[in-house]
Amino acid sequence: MKKIFERPKSLRDVPTHYCAGCGHSLAHRLICEVIDELGIREDVIAVCPVGCAVIAYEYWDFDCSEAAHGRTPCVATGIKRIHPDKIVFSYQGDGDLAAIGTAEIIHTANRGENITVIFINNGVYGMTNGQMAPTTMIGQRTSTTPLGRDITRDGYPLKITELLAQLPGSRYVERVSVDTPANVIKAKAAIKKAFKNQIDKKGFSLVEVLSPCPTYWGLSPKDACMRISGEMTKEYPLGVIKDT
Amino acid sequence: MAKIMMCGNEVIGEAAVHAGCTFYAGYPITPQNELTQYMASRMTESGGTFIQAESELAAINSVFGAAAAGARAMTSSSSPGISLKQEGISYLAACQLPAVIVNMMRGGPGLGNIAPSQADYFQATRGGGHGDYRTIVLAPSAVEEAWHLTHLAFDLADEYRNPVLILGDGILGQMMEPIEVVRKHLHGKIANHDMRHKPWALTGCKGRKPNVIRSLYLGEGELEELNRLLQMKYDRVKSKEVRFESLYTEDSDLVVVAYGTTSRIVRSAISKARQERLHVGMLRPVTLWPFPEAELQKLAKRAKAFLVVEMSAGQMVDDVKLSVLGKKPIHFYGRAGGGIPTEEAILDIIRDILRAKSRNKVRV
Repeated sequence: MKKIFERPKSLRDVPTHYCAGCGHSLAHRLICEVIDELGIREDVIAVCPVGCAVIAYEYWDFDCSEAAHGRTPCVATGIKRIHPDKIVFSYQGDGDLAAIGTAEIIHTANRGENITVIFINNGVYGMTNGQMAPTTMIGQRTSTTPLGRDITRDGYPLKITELLAQLPGSRYVERVSVDTPANVIKAKAAIKKAFKNQIDKKGFSLVEVLSPCPTYWGLSPKDACMRISGEMTKEYPLGVIKDT
Repeated sequence: MAKIMMCGNEVIGEAAVHAGCTFYAGYPITPQNELTQYMASRMTESGGTFIQAESELAAINSVFGAAAAGARAMTSSSSPGISLKQEGISYLAACQLPAVIVNMMRGGPGLGNIAPSQADYFQATRGGGHGDYRTIVLAPSAVEEAWHLTHLAFDLADEYRNPVLILGDGILGQMMEPIEVVRKHLHGKIANHDMRHKPWALTGCKGRKPNVIRSLYLGEGELEELNRLLQMKYDRVKSKEVRFESLYTEDSDLVVVAYGTTSRIVRSAISKARQERLHVGMLRPVTLWPFPEAELQKLAKRAKAFLVVEMSAGQMVDDVKLSVLGKKPIHFYGRAGGGIPTEEAILDIIRDILRAKSRNKVRV
């Protein structure tokens, strides 16, 4: 019988620690599928974030580094400059990329660093008990916005990806989602393009992935996916933001 | 051989290139800017990487990446900037990555001023960042010594897979002195540092299992085990890497302990004191961590007293006290906030102590 579906070789055959319905598992898998398809597993060096995906290196079967919270793109920069022919990507959550590491991601993009960034946006700090993130929606209840995010107190959701797209150094910026099978397929295509850009030495590419966090959204996995399509994509519309 | 005039900052940069440094990231801050500027041109012409980072955090963390990738990497800053780099230094130590960090100290605390100081001694020798870790700290007192200690810094960093600090001050960084080096070493090609000796480095997992650089250990007892291994490594460093210079200590009643540029002022004061037939000598720690404890313990058997001179409110005094263990009186003279001890002031105190006119206020 012909095998039509299997675990990507780059993804280790181990259970993950992620909550039921969490988008990280899907994003991990998509990255690994892309790496396998491009045949670059032995050339990849990943930089894992602080946050829920902090032990991504337990699941990925290629070289990985840790990074201090938010400094992920700096570590990726250091690795890439030493090994310009290796494929270096950073994997960052919204706290990592859009809060503590805002300066680092802006300047790395603006330098046109030839790396790939996978930005997981679930609008909440999952690892530390569901506090407000810069990307938390207006009115969204979190452990630090118990009455809902209030713009007069907490400011607005930060569209960091649109902000990065403004920079001449960023080459390709797309927002995708993993809420439906169709969107998962589109997400994979975007991730693949972001890696291919690096192989072709085109410069900085970033894919933002809207990702469900059922645990801290207080929703079932299914309702969490529906929240992305129904509510989150209004604030964070899907599609290519920049491709030059 | 040729003698060439260079300032301390530039000499450290050139020595780094010569030692095989292929990655430098820094952020401007006085009084170390000559080093950043020097690396900007030298890294470019020698095929290395120079990054003017957006912050000290970015600089040290890209050094982290370059070190994880197997390169010889360096950053430099001055006091307030080093405070910002402490996060990265703790991570480097935890991940056992080799890197060289230069601190040309200035007056503090806070923004302070840009005058020379030695007030980051505690920060350098005690860790500075979070967690149980140590960094090897080398303290050059002259431009030529800065050349040699920069080479040593890269070698020690690689040998122990640990960050190494070069602790100087604004005087050393800015001062021009002739250095005697083989001319071909200057402005030449980068030494080709061989990465093959770093099997742990991130180079892509071709032909081997994936490498992971990390400091997160969540399993029961795992982090304790890492800490145990780190402490064993620090013990090896303590037993093998203590470096110091002695001056007239064999017949000294009073031993002055001073490091870096302060030791040069002390040296002049001692030379005058010797003309007055005062039995005074100097112990100059070259490694501030590991500290020359054993040598001080030895000296404490015959010397009558110790005097610590620093451009701080008295930080190295703690290490001298821990070494002498209350066996002999310890005096202190220091200038904080960018003040520089004068030869006359040091000589006066030497005379006071040795002629038994020591005032209680300087005894600690």
